[in-house]
Amino acid sequence: MADTHSHGGSPHPAAPVAGPQDTGRQDMPTAGRLILVMGSVGLVAAVLLVATYQFTLPIIQKNRAAYLSESITEVLPGAVRYAAFVASDSAGFVPAPERSEGSRIFAGYNEADSLVGLAVEAQGQGYADIIRLLYGFDPECRCIVGLKVLESKETPGIGDKPPKDPGFVATLRRLETRNEPDLATIELVKKGQKTQPWQIEAITGATVTSRALTGILAASTAAIVPLLAEHLDQLRTPPAEDS
Amino acid sequence: MTDTGPTASDTFLNGLWRENPTLVQVLGMCPTLAVTNTVINAVVMGLATTFVLIASEILVSATRRFIPKEVRIASYVLIIATFVTMADYMIQAVSLSVHRALGAFIALIVVNCIILGRAEAFSSKNTIGRSALDGLGMGVGFTLALLSLGTIRELLGNGTWATLPVMGESFEPWVVMVLPAGGFFVLASLMMTANIIKRRGAHAA
Repeated sequence: MADTHSHGGSPHPAAPVAGPQDTGRQDMPTAGRLILVMGSVGLVAAVLLVATYQFTLPIIQKNRAAYLSESITEVLPGAVRYAAFVASDSAGFVPAPERSEGSRIFAGYNEADSLVGLAVEAQGQGYADIIRLLYGFDPECRCIVGLKVLESKETPGIGDKPPKDPGFVATLRRLETRNEPDLATIELVKKGQKTQPWQIEAITGATVTSRALTGILAASTAAIVPLLAEHLDQLRTPPAEDS
Repeated sequence: MTDTGPTASDTFLNGLWRENPTLVQVLGMCPTLAVTNTVINAVVMGLATTFVLIASEILVSATRRFIPKEVRIASYVLIIATFVTMADYMIQAVSLSVHRALGAFIALIVVNCIILGRAEAFSSKNTIGRSALDGLGMGVGFTLALLSLGTIRELLGNGTWATLPVMGESFEPWVVMVLPAGGFFVLASLMMTANIIKRRGAHAA
């Protein structure tokens, strides 16, 4: 049995290998044997995979949770605890179901369990690929208090400038959305032309990314501000089961 | 191919230099160009590939008498995919941010020709020990090539080495080096250097 497999990378499997002692074993292995071999390899693979998965899953989940809470604290200073929600047109804010990554709204609470603000996940098309970001939103002043880019493939040195630019970030830090509940628009203006608190100054040389970030924030706040006007009370205190 | 001739150190050094997967065989160009924009990305990609190479070469070698040639490629692909998925989980467990930076390229180790190439050309015909050594040599050779690219690209493109500032405040980064084009430039320069060194060695001998 051993010598049937001494293949030399030959593209002609039919070419007989001269082997006087095992002439009877040059035949094609039976289908049953092939299935048995593939099945065994598959079984070994499955065991290895399940073992690794079981071993690493708790560590990976811990890493993810740490990354998330770190990001939330970064965009929403003062929040020590948070609860995840998603926006629903009919019911306002409902607790986030499983697998709702990308559209979650985290309500951040301080030590005294009172609402500090929201950390909102938002995404949109950038210059290269989808940009995913998290921004902190203060419902009292209706302003954006922090921004963190979670995932971006923008050109290094060009398209990743806006989120790193101190001026751009400072504008965002206290950016108001327009005060009428249904007009939560954020606008992009050229550098040095900012006259209203809801305007963002574009970064020279990274116009597309500036525009993309503004668009993402405008769309997301436009969806959230009217909801907040009606349903803010749903977020005032942390949900009981979530500690 | 290798009957009784080469010694253990020959097998190891083969991958490291003589048949270096990146600079000589020119295999696995996709990760070589895509994730060598920083030193950390390059090293993690190199180590993950080394792990997959060694583990799959050992398993392929151990099962070489058991797997009929008709289903060998399917079996190798299954074995390699298993170890790649394990590497993927382990990288996520070690550092989520590195995993994010490498993105799809970890999963794409599956289709890295170096691994299937070594399974077919080496470990399906050699003992377990030799296969492990071949995997180690090829893996270290690949990692060192990636590290060289990553070092040059990060130093020139960002002024840092493994995020440590090296070039000083006045250094203006060459942005092109961290872009895909920079990968081609640096790879070409490294291959040229390797060929010149080889030719000198051949003349001397």
